[in-house]
Amino acid sequence: MTAVIENLDPLLRALGTTVLILVVSAIGSLVLGVLITVARVSPIPVLRGAAFAYVQVFVNIPLLALLLLAVFALPDAGLLMPLTTTVIVVLTVYEAAYVAEAVRSGINTVAAGQVEAARAMGLRLSQTLRHVVVPQAVRAVVQPLGNVMIALLMNTALAATVGVVELTSAVNKVNLVAAQPIPIFTAAGLTYMALALAIGLAAGRIEKKVAIHR
Amino acid sequence: MSTPMVSMRGVDKRFGDLHVLRSIDLDVAPQEVVVVIGPSGSGKSTLCRTINRLEPIDAGEIRVDGRPLPEEGAELAQLRADVGMVFQSFNLFGHLSVLDNVMLAPLKVRRVAKATARTEAMALLERVGIADKADRFPAQLSGGQQQRAAIARSLAMHPKLMLFDEPTSALDPEMVSEVLEVMVGLARDGMTMVVVTHEMGFARRAADRVVFMDDGQIVEEAPPAEFFDATRSERARSFLSNVLAH
Repeated sequence: MTAVIENLDPLLRALGTTVLILVVSAIGSLVLGVLITVARVSPIPVLRGAAFAYVQVFVNIPLLALLLLAVFALPDAGLLMPLTTTVIVVLTVYEAAYVAEAVRSGINTVAAGQVEAARAMGLRLSQTLRHVVVPQAVRAVVQPLGNVMIALLMNTALAATVGVVELTSAVNKVNLVAAQPIPIFTAAGLTYMALALAIGLAAGRIEKKVAIHR
Repeated sequence: MSTPMVSMRGVDKRFGDLHVLRSIDLDVAPQEVVVVIGPSGSGKSTLCRTINRLEPIDAGEIRVDGRPLPEEGAELAQLRADVGMVFQSFNLFGHLSVLDNVMLAPLKVRRVAKATARTEAMALLERVGIADKADRFPAQLSGGQQQRAAIARSLAMHPKLMLFDEPTSALDPEMVSEVLEVMVGLARDGMTMVVVTHEMGFARRAADRVVFMDDGQIVEEAPPAEFFDATRSERARSFLSNVLAH
């Protein structure tokens, strides 16, 4: 445990990097993912096709391969940015595909029949979306999105493989010097668990809140 | 003769290679109850769904209360508000209580005051016999109760015409009669109704006219007594003998 306490400063800074990567790519992937879903359910075939292709590509490539590709290929193509930024961009682009899938499945939980019933009663499309589709889709989608965000948290650890000093990389470095793997990695594991728990609890809270407003 | 509530002329509809409606001509007079029967795949549901343009047609003309069906848009929404529709699968809004299901369209489409909408909705729920379920959610109701709630929801818009698309086909047998009772009551009160159903008993009791469809065409139409007791076409006869054999 002493190794953790003695290196608290760099470890906390590394934790800060992990949280930074997490928060920025979470926001980015939620926004991008929703846009992809909108494209995917839009009446324009080209947009639908592009969104479908996007999801297929990123769901079917390992994140590590994508990271390595970005870190080594982007500079080669003349695009230089800080490593942390590269990681954030890759995570955003990658997780957006999963967000899009989750949101789409949420929309699909609202039976087409309910949309038909709403239209048959004279509600306009915008009213149908607002009063019938969205309130139900949101409820269905909070928990799956929470899971995507937890997966995103775990995926931030891959940043260590391309030289970003975030939590996993930092504890690894501390251990190389102190050789106390059990307390050091346990502390790191507990930190990830605490973050994941926080995300899960937040998702649960939001879900309850939306449920009460029904 | 007064303007028909529904008038279909030369209505044609295809789903890809499938020719589901072949030059349909049909008039429904105000306060008339028309029951459409026929084997599955005969086009009877599609016919019902073209009347409020849930299914756009390929050719022909449909008029509701003298007005040709408008294109998708505000005008169509206005027309749909006056045409009630009851579906096989109820299609109640899952996130709203029964009462809110009934109040939604009056509030959002007709802009009725909330208190008025509530009073009317409760009266309608009373009429279909589920006032005690007003605060329940659809998933907490039996199929029969859900369908009665769906009928109340349609009536809340004061429709001048009601379309029923196989309203009892998804129900357990013991719940069919409670829904049919409500429909018979409506018919008696003078509602104009187009009912697609397999319930021959209802057709006999409540219909002014039975329309038999097969293969996208109207094969035969007659008052129920005549249709059931003196069936003219071979196809209708064989359909009836299959249905009534059980």
